[in-house]
Amino acid sequence: MLNVGKLNEGVVLDHIKAGKAMDIYRDLKLDKIDNCVAIIKNARSNKMGKKDIIKIETSIDSIDLDILGFIDHNITVNIIKDGEIVRKKDLALPKKIVNVIKCKNPRCITSIEQELEQVFVLTNEEKAVYRCRYCEEKYD
Amino acid sequence: MRHLLNPLDFSVEELDELMDVALDISKHPDQYAERCKGKKIATLFYEPSTRTRLSFEAAMLNLGGSVLGFSSAASSSASKGESVADTIRMVSCYADICAMRHPKEGAPLVASLHSSIPVINAGDGGHQHPTQTLTDLMTIRTLKGRLDHITIGLCGDLKFGRTVHSLINALVRYENVRFVLISPNELRIPDYIRQEVLSDNHAEYKEVTQLEEVMPELDILYMTRVQRERFFNEEEYIRMKDCYILDAKKMELARPDMLVLHPLPRVNEISVEVDKDPRAKYFEQVQFGVYIRMALILKLLEEANRLC
Repeated sequence: MLNVGKLNEGVVLDHIKAGKAMDIYRDLKLDKIDNCVAIIKNARSNKMGKKDIIKIETSIDSIDLDILGFIDHNITVNIIKDGEIVRKKDLALPKKIVNVIKCKNPRCITSIEQELEQVFVLTNEEKAVYRCRYCEEKYD
Repeated sequence: MRHLLNPLDFSVEELDELMDVALDISKHPDQYAERCKGKKIATLFYEPSTRTRLSFEAAMLNLGGSVLGFSSAASSSASKGESVADTIRMVSCYADICAMRHPKEGAPLVASLHSSIPVINAGDGGHQHPTQTLTDLMTIRTLKGRLDHITIGLCGDLKFGRTVHSLINALVRYENVRFVLISPNELRIPDYIRQEVLSDNHAEYKEVTQLEEVMPELDILYMTRVQRERFFNEEEYIRMKDCYILDAKKMELARPDMLVLHPLPRVNEISVEVDKDPRAKYFEQVQFGVYIRMALILKLLEEANRLC
């Protein structure tokens, strides 16, 4: 089995659906940070069979983890300090999602002005409904 | 900066105040004739409109102000690829307030984010048309004497009709308003209005396909046009456009005090023979539209400290 070194301080995203790590890497904009990031694909998992894991050597404040709640609330977020898990972060639906998903409404202003931020707002927490900030079209 | 992008931007109390001012304007127009002297409204119309643009322009002229703007995207810098954000930054240097109509939904919101003057949404695609809603509310309140305890029938294109969506949004805030939604199956009200506006606000509503069967129960019949510009497919438009035609025979089924409203322009959904029926109020509605826009311009300019 392949071994990736232990993280001393940072964040471990565990129980990512196998094959989804690269999407999350992009959605969290991890390509923009200078810190060390390890992506483990298809790791063995008792619970899931196969899973992906991302280890990020950074403080929790430097990355926006809220979006994970929207992508997959089953992901486990472990906060590591001095080599130990000190906290597991609960994932909640973010109030606002910026530049992660795109509005599909052909009548939306974002369809012709591509430099506009793609902003979705949580309008119904119970039903996890997100609507485009501009045209209010529901994201499916 | 206060803008009007959605009819719900104003509370019920604010709407009441606005309608009170509009009513006062209708009774004492001379007292308002110079309130906006030296002020300018920019009418930024990226798609054709006769009524709404002229109504805004008439409103500002009645207040003693002046008007500048364009009436189609072709005659604006949008044809050169200028963004809404850049256009509004430029217009903010020329005018004190602006009214924007745009075929793309959310364009007035984008403008408001970059504007240093109040922005009024004068219609954005199939999304919102708040000043039409203010006009409709003013018409109903003035002619019926109330906005609560009414049964309103909304007939025609309920899928793309932004005036219908905005009016439902506004009326669910009043007590005991019953909605009768009359449309062909293909043009039924969108799911989110049914779920998040009607059901979530516990509004009583029913959906039917025949106008005749519900005529006797209506206090107000709000007719709409099937709009060619909202269809991507011409064949579909032709199939839908003559679904409901209100004529003198159908009017015989209505109550003697029922009001017929229409955001106009009509094509053929209201037969011209209905025009002489005293219950046909759609041309009076146009006049109320000017008064309420006058009141709105005053309110937004006052809040932006642009009036002396």
